[in-house]
Amino acid sequence: MLDALTLVTGVAALLLAAWCGWAAYRDQPTKDWHFIGMAVVSFLAVVQLVVGIVQLARGEQPEQGTAIFVAYLIGAFACVPAAGFMSLTERTRWGSVTVAAGGVVLAVLEVRLYDIWGG
Amino acid sequence: MTTVEENLDGDVAGRPARLVSGPGMLLVWFYGVMVVGAVSRSVYQIATEFDRAPLAYSLSALAGLVYGFITYSLVRGGERARKAAQVCCAAELAGVLIVGTWTLVEPSAFPDATVWSDYGMGYVFIPVLLPISALYWLRKNRAVKP
Repeated sequence: MLDALTLVTGVAALLLAAWCGWAAYRDQPTKDWHFIGMAVVSFLAVVQLVVGIVQLARGEQPEQGTAIFVAYLIGAFACVPAAGFMSLTERTRWGSVTVAAGGVVLAVLEVRLYDIWGG
Repeated sequence: MTTVEENLDGDVAGRPARLVSGPGMLLVWFYGVMVVGAVSRSVYQIATEFDRAPLAYSLSALAGLVYGFITYSLVRGGERARKAAQVCCAAELAGVLIVGTWTLVEPSAFPDATVWSDYGMGYVFIPVLLPISALYWLRKNRAVKP
């Protein structure tokens, strides 16, 4: 369950990065549609956070330690919303670049989460 | 903010010069990520297994502090913060180059990796690329001398 979710979230994060990178390439700030995309990716991260905590509560152990696992879950959850708020204050192409970078960072976090859980 | 402080900040328009507009916002994002990465990593490692690699973990903590200060300076803006950030970015670049070389020459001193090991390879070389781009950005934004 967690592995599938990690994969989906990572791919969605990369798609978001590509989309916002495209907007930046066309010299555009993030728009409503981009924020809907960010909301979708953030929602996936929330689901992942909940599923991860539930699995911990059921007594399953991440391979590399619970503390690191939870820290990465929280980081993954906060990543895209933080970049989104920054793009709200920077209404130029650079706001879009920031969200694109946020998507890439989230994808990296997903790979790490997969390793930490022991996939 | 009082008039005196504005003058100290060396700003012409009466407000501190913004350092987070345009590409600066991207810099703040990456510095923010590095702060979270370096600080949380070193806090965890120092709390749980400090004896294994005290030097490496202390250096990660130091890196986290430097990143934190640069992030704060960028967000704060103004000429004084810009200069302070410039000094810290130079220190950061020196740190990543020295520690990076050190880890390659003397791997035995580092039983575990730091943020700056192998020039930040574990972080896609962001630790060595960030200070270079930040120094360029800060230099471009220096206040115009009258």
